[in-house]
Amino acid sequence: MFDALSDRLEGVFRKIRGTGRITEANVEEALRDVRMALLEADVNFQVAKDFVDRVKAKAMGQEVLRALSPDQQLVKIVHEELTATMGGAAGKLDLSGEPPAVLMLVGLQGSGKTTTAGKLATLLLGEQRRRRPFLVPLDLARPAAIQQLKTLAAQVGDGCGVYDTPTSGGDPVAIAKAAIEQARVGGYEAVILDTAGRLAIDEDLMAELRRVRDAAKPRQTIFVADAMTGQDAVAVATGFRDGIGIDGIVLTKMEGDARGGAALSIHAVTGKPILFTGVGEKLSALEVFHPERVSSRILGMGDVMSLIEKAEAAYDAKQAEALQKKLRKDEFTLEDFRDQLRAVKKMGSVADLMGMIPGMKKLARGQDMAGADQELARIEAIINSMTRQERRDHLILNASRRKRIATGSGTSVAEVNRFLKQYGQARKVMKSLTRGGPRGLLAQLGMGR
Amino acid sequence: MSIEIPPWVDREQLPVLAAGLAAVLLLLGLLGFLVARRRGRVAGGESSGGGKEDAVARASSTPASPRSTAQRFRAGLARSRSRLASRLAAALGAGGPDLDDELLRILIESDVGPKSAQEILAGLGRLPAHGRDPEAVRAELRGRIEEMVRGPGEPEQLPSHPWVVLVVGVNGVGKTTSIGKLAARHRALGRSVLLVAGDTFRAAAADQLEVWAGRSDAGIVRQGEGADPSAVVFDGMKSAVARDVDVVLVDTAGRLHTKTNLMEELRKVRRTVERVLPGAPHEVLLVLDATTGQNALAQAKTFSEAVDVTGVVLTKLDGSARGGVVVAICRELGLPVRWVGLGEAVDDLEPFDAAEFARALVGDGEEPPVA
Ligand SMILES: Nc1nc2c(ncn2[C@@H]2O[C@H](COP(=O)(O)OP(=O)(O)OP(=O)(O)O)[C@@H](O)[C@H]2O)c(=O)[nH]1
Ligand SMILES: [Mg+2]
Repeated sequence: MFDALSDRLEGVFRKIRGTGRITEANVEEALRDVRMALLEADVNFQVAKDFVDRVKAKAMGQEVLRALSPDQQLVKIVHEELTATMGGAAGKLDLSGEPPAVLMLVGLQGSGKTTTAGKLATLLLGEQRRRRPFLVPLDLARPAAIQQLKTLAAQVGDGCGVYDTPTSGGDPVAIAKAAIEQARVGGYEAVILDTAGRLAIDEDLMAELRRVRDAAKPRQTIFVADAMTGQDAVAVATGFRDGIGIDGIVLTKMEGDARGGAALSIHAVTGKPILFTGVGEKLSALEVFHPERVSSRILGMGDVMSLIEKAEAAYDAKQAEALQKKLRKDEFTLEDFRDQLRAVKKMGSVADLMGMIPGMKKLARGQDMAGADQELARIEAIINSMTRQERRDHLILNASRRKRIATGSGTSVAEVNRFLKQYGQARKVMKSLTRGGPRGLLAQLGMGR
Repeated sequence: MSIEIPPWVDREQLPVLAAGLAAVLLLLGLLGFLVARRRGRVAGGESSGGGKEDAVARASSTPASPRSTAQRFRAGLARSRSRLASRLAAALGAGGPDLDDELLRILIESDVGPKSAQEILAGLGRLPAHGRDPEAVRAELRGRIEEMVRGPGEPEQLPSHPWVVLVVGVNGVGKTTSIGKLAARHRALGRSVLLVAGDTFRAAAADQLEVWAGRSDAGIVRQGEGADPSAVVFDGMKSAVARDVDVVLVDTAGRLHTKTNLMEELRKVRRTVERVLPGAPHEVLLVLDATTGQNALAQAKTFSEAVDVTGVVLTKLDGSARGGVVVAICRELGLPVRWVGLGEAVDDLEPFDAAEFARALVGDGEEPPVA
C-alpha cells in the first residue's frame, strides 16, 4: 500500500534536495507536486488542499531548524502533518462497561464487514485480550452472508459464539435483541453485529440501522470501508456518520496496491479515528492503525516499532542471540536458513517487512515483491528436498545431488544452482554486516550512529 | 536518509530487532535470484494494443432502449447534479484562480484523477475571469470529456463465429453478474449462448453462474469446485465448437492484480481458449467497479499486460460514484468502455454512451442551481 504515493513524494523531496534553503518559491513548487501526488493517491480534494496549506504555513514560519537541510525540513513537516491528518494517536476499541460490550459494524455492500467481524473476533479472543466474542449476522437480505459468518465463527475457534439467525423472515431489531440476550446469558464479553449493506447510502438502510442501533445500544459503531475506494469513500463515511453516528473506522483490503487515499482522508473529513486496517485474507490479518508509523512508512522512513513487534512475536531473545552468533562466525547452515525463512514468513510478507526497514522501500522499488513470497516458498521447497546432511553442509552438493533436489522440489537444476550461489553470497554479506553486533548491524542499515 | 534509532526503542529489544533484520536481509540477498527469474516471464507478455479496432468495425453506441438508459443514468445523477451545478455557477461567478480550482475539484471528486483532469482543463484554454456563461463552460467541458472517452462498442454483427468473450477483473466487481446480463442481451437478439464457469475457486461461484444461465436461457459448462480453471475452459470451448453456439462467455475467478501467480493462471486460461480456437478470445472484457479510485488504472495496466484486454465494463454506476477513472484508462491505455452496469437486474446493462457519461461528470445544467 501507499507505494505509488511514496514514490511520488520521494521524487518531490529529491528535487528540493539540491536547493540550499527553503524559500517561498521552491516550497511552492514542491507543494504543488505534493498536492498532485496526494490527488493521484485518491486523497480527498479538500483534505489535500488543507494539508498543503498547513505544510506551507509551517515551512514558511519560524520553525526553521538549522541542523536540517531543506528536504529534511520539509520531510519532517510533511511527516508531522501526515500523522496529524490521519488522527495523531492510535484509536482504541472500547469494551468498557457491563458485558457484553456490543460492537456494531456498518458499511456498504462489499466493504468487508463480514470478514472484519471474523477478524475482530479473532483479535478479541487472542492472547492479548482473551474476551469471548459472539457474532451476530444481521444481513437478512443475503442468506449466504449468514452462512459465511457461521463458517468464520468456526474458524475463529472455541470460545467464539455465533447467533443462529433464521435465513428467512425475521426483523433485524428483534434478532439483535435476542442475540444480545443470548450472549449475556452465555457469558460472552463482546457481541459483534454484522449489519446489512447496500450499494449506496439510502434512507431505507439508514432507518433500519438506526432501529438496530437504538435497540442494541452499541458501545461502539464501527464503519467499515474498502481502502481501494476512490473519492466516494469520504462521502459514504460522512453519510454514515451523519445518518447513525460512528465511533471508529476499519479500512479493509489495505494489502493490495491501494493508494491510501481513504486512509489519509477519512479521519480528516469525519473526525473519527481509524482503528484497524485489514491486510489480508487470513483471520489474523487485522492491524492496529498507528498514524505515526504509517506516515513514516509513506515517507520511506521505515517503521522500526512495527518490525520489532513482529520480530518479537517470531523470535525470543535466546534464539536471536544464537542466530547472531552463527551469522558472525559464518556457521549459518541451510538448516538455519530454513528456520529463518519460516520465522520471516510468520512475520509477514516480504514487501511488508521491507517497507518497515528504513531505506529499504527504495531498494524494493521496481522489483516484483508480490512474487517474492511465492518464490520464497519455492526456495523452501528446494531446501526441503535436501537431506539433513546436505542442509548442514552444502558443500557436499554435487551434480547428482542437485539433480535429485531439483526433481524433488519441482524446480530445475539451474534454479537450484542459482539459489546456492545466492546463499553463498548472502552468507558473506551477513557476516560482514553482523561483525559489530546488533548495534553495528543497525548502524550499517542507517538506523544508528 | 539516515534515521536514528527512535528513543522509544528499548535497548533490550535490539538483539531481537537485529535478528529480524538479519533474517530479512538474508532473504533479500535472494531477491537477485527472484528478479532474474521474473524478468524472463514478463518479457513474453507484451500487449498488442489497438490492433483489434479494425475488426471491431463501426459500432453502435445507440442503446437498445435509449429511454431507460437515460433514465437510469439520471436517477444516479440527480444526487450529484444540483451540487455540481451550484458549485460550477459559484466558481464561474468568482472567476480567477478559484475557478480553476473548483473545476479541478469537480473532476477530482468524480475520480477523474489529477493528470486527466488537468488535461481536460488545459484544453479549455484561458477563461475570462468573469461573466462567462456557466452553461457554455459546462458544455465545453462535457465536449472535451466526451471526446476523450468515445470509443467503439460491441459490433452489431458479430465478426466471428463463435464470438468468444473472456471476462476478467478483481474480486467482487461484477464479472458474473455482467456475464448474466450480456447473455440475456445476446439471447434477446436470437443468438445461442454458452456460459463457461471458469471460477472454480470461490465457493458457489458456478452455482451463481448457473442461476444466470437459467435467467437468460443460456447453456452452461461447469465442473466441481477446486477444478483446474484451464481444464473447465478447455471443456467449455470444445463443447462450444461442437454445439456450434454463437456466443461463448467465459467467467473467471476474481483476483487482485498484484497476485502474480493468479495472473499467471489467467494467462494460462487465455492460452487454453486460444489453443482450442485460434483467434479467440475475440474480446477480453475487464470489469471495473465505478467506486474504485485511481487504483483502477493499475488494474487495467496489469490485466492488459497479462491477457490483452480489449474493452472495459464499468459496473455499479447506479450508486453515487461516477467512475471518472475510465477517462485515464481510455487516454493512457486506449481501452474503450463497452458496457456499463446500472443495477442488479438482468436488463441493467447498457452500451456505454460517452455523452451520457460526460453529462454525469459535469452535469447538464437542466436543473437550476440550488444553493
Ligand atoms: N447495484 C449494482 N450492483 C451490481 C452491479 N454489478 C454487480 N453488482 C453486484 O455486485 C455484487 C458482486 O457481483 P458478482 O457478479 O458476483 O461479482 P464478481 O466479479 O463475479 O465477483 P467474484 O467472482 O467473487 O470476484 C453482487 O451483489 C451484484 O449483484 C451493478 O452494475 N450495479
Ligand atoms: Mg464471479
